[in-house]
Amino acid sequence: MNEGLKVPTMAEFIAQGKQPEVLFWVGCAGSFDDRAKKITKAFVKLLNKANVEFAVLGTEESCTGDPAKRAGNEFLFQMQAVTNIEVLNAYEIKKIVTACPHCFNTIKNEYPGLGGNYEVMHHTQFLKALLEEGRLSIEGGQFKGKRITFHDPCYLGRANNVYEAPRNLIQKLEAELVEMKNCRQNGLCCGAGGAQMFKESEKGHKDVNIERTEQALDTKPQIIAAGCPFCNTMMTDGVKAKEKESDISVMDIAELIASAQDL
Amino acid sequence: MEYLPNICFAVVLILGIGYFTKNVKKLIRNIKLGQDVDVSDNKPQRWKNMLMIALGQSKMVKRPIAGLLHIIVYIGFVIINIEILEIIVDGLLGTHRIGLKVFPTLIYGFLIGTFEVLAVLVFIAVILFWVRRNVIKLQRFWKSEMTSWPKSDANYILYFEMVLMTLFLVMNATDVDFQALQTGNTISRDIAPWFSGLSESNLHFVERTAWWFHILGILVFLNYLYFSKHLHILLAFPNTFYAKLTPKGQFNNLEAVTKEVKLMMDPNVDPFAASAEGTEADIPAKFGASDVQDLNWVQLLNAYTCTECGRCTSECPANQTGKKLSPRKIMMDTRDRLEEVGKNIDANKGIFREDDKQLLDDYISREELWACTTCSACVEACPVSIDPLSIILDMRRYLVMEQSAAPLELNNMMTNMENNGAPWPYNQMDRLNWKNE
Repeated sequence: MNEGLKVPTMAEFIAQGKQPEVLFWVGCAGSFDDRAKKITKAFVKLLNKANVEFAVLGTEESCTGDPAKRAGNEFLFQMQAVTNIEVLNAYEIKKIVTACPHCFNTIKNEYPGLGGNYEVMHHTQFLKALLEEGRLSIEGGQFKGKRITFHDPCYLGRANNVYEAPRNLIQKLEAELVEMKNCRQNGLCCGAGGAQMFKESEKGHKDVNIERTEQALDTKPQIIAAGCPFCNTMMTDGVKAKEKESDISVMDIAELIASAQDL
Repeated sequence: MEYLPNICFAVVLILGIGYFTKNVKKLIRNIKLGQDVDVSDNKPQRWKNMLMIALGQSKMVKRPIAGLLHIIVYIGFVIINIEILEIIVDGLLGTHRIGLKVFPTLIYGFLIGTFEVLAVLVFIAVILFWVRRNVIKLQRFWKSEMTSWPKSDANYILYFEMVLMTLFLVMNATDVDFQALQTGNTISRDIAPWFSGLSESNLHFVERTAWWFHILGILVFLNYLYFSKHLHILLAFPNTFYAKLTPKGQFNNLEAVTKEVKLMMDPNVDPFAASAEGTEADIPAKFGASDVQDLNWVQLLNAYTCTECGRCTSECPANQTGKKLSPRKIMMDTRDRLEEVGKNIDANKGIFREDDKQLLDDYISREELWACTTCSACVEACPVSIDPLSIILDMRRYLVMEQSAAPLELNNMMTNMENNGAPWPYNQMDRLNWKNE
């Protein structure tokens, strides 16, 4: 399936004396999580199709430190940050795109204070720019007329006020975008943020992802669109818990666009 | 004897304002118990935020019903209080409705008429607020942190406002000379007939009583503020001014940690060297916060500003799904502990004496802190720009960096990150394997 996948590393670029136009920061989920790897590949297919000269850090990439910081371990976060910034600065990186809103937020907002200054884009913003520059076309394909609801990732939406890029892309698929009761600024968390992804939740009467999945199901969607690998996991689990996985799929925006074009 | 009312009035006024000033000083002292934080940047944006959010109520109207009612009470209260100026001057000089000597009758009538209409609107809005709390019992007013005092506090404020508005209207309705003007008595002309059975001297007595209770009520209310959630009517302004300007997702990088990390990463540093002059003092006694003095003063100002409306808690994903965490409780606990520390200082001649208590555990439990998803919904929801999330994060920092007391799974996650650069136990050398899968 992946013969055509071109994924050059920064080391390879430098060996040829070249600079990529953008660094694709894959992130831990995008590198290791089976579900998120599919998102990574879908995004790479789109980058390849649009002939974007991008590079990845590959084995030189390390966790941004987001879950450590939000768990309260500022030491570990800064160790991770400073190490990553050394690598990024050594490669003279100017522009970074990532499919993970947590990496996006951390590199964009928290790295500058530690010496890492880059233009950072979420992959939905980047894809939208490619579309506007005419480098990428989007067609509805199998998603034309489908009911799609978009779950705002906290660290993309409320944390950084990016609400429209993912929605514009869904609309470009000629799909019917339906909004949940809580959306945009009022979006409800999937339950994974703040390092919750890595621990059991505290005692309550419900899991957060179930609450959010119920809100999504209320819109009677055929697809729940996500823009974050962690939200994707939480919503997928929620849909499974509601035994709706045969009717409703949870997909990243990059996957929607890529599979609409049979990439 | 002729000047007795004037003297009484002056004494009451001085006592009222004096006690309030004393408490404001205490309030400022308590807020300054917090750590210093630099909020001197971007003044234009700060002024704009204050004008929009505090003065302009822009975030209140996100919930239209409560927002509209609140704007009525807010505008009514601010504008009707212009009347206090006249009352104070009259009280001190022994005059009656000095405004009539300053303004042409029509303008005076227009002003008082406006106040009267607003007074009725405020009265109605306050009743609706009371109904929302006590009859409809909106969920957010009945959460577990809304114990008896917070519930009573909210109702006392509403009763105060009802009484003050009533006194204002009665005072006008029973003022024979004012009614005779036939201007400005927009509402009170319909109240005046209720008192038609009274003799002129009794009418005068009712008018004087209402006048006195009106100004006394205002002075009591002013002094009630410090003990009440109602402090927000003053503190909303500085609070929105000093609130966070950076994106909600951006959490501060601890400078003390940066220094240590830079030292650790610098190959030229001799690890056994004595620290350079002055650097010892830069390292704080404590990482993160376990008590109110570890928080910064803006966080403490946040705590005094909170009016316990509960919008934060009603938007909190943890709270919505039955977890113990309530961002409102974080703010209420911070204020309660700060008050306790303040009283301790008062009782011990200006020096805090250890009381074997702290904000962590004695007020805010670890279970609450670990339930937070850091989604910023509470920060977004607050109509006066309070940031409960920053307090939760600072307390997590204390738990992790001072006590190594993170939940086991999080310790595993962090160990993975330290060893192989990912929160899961995968080898960093396998980071690009997806390419060939």
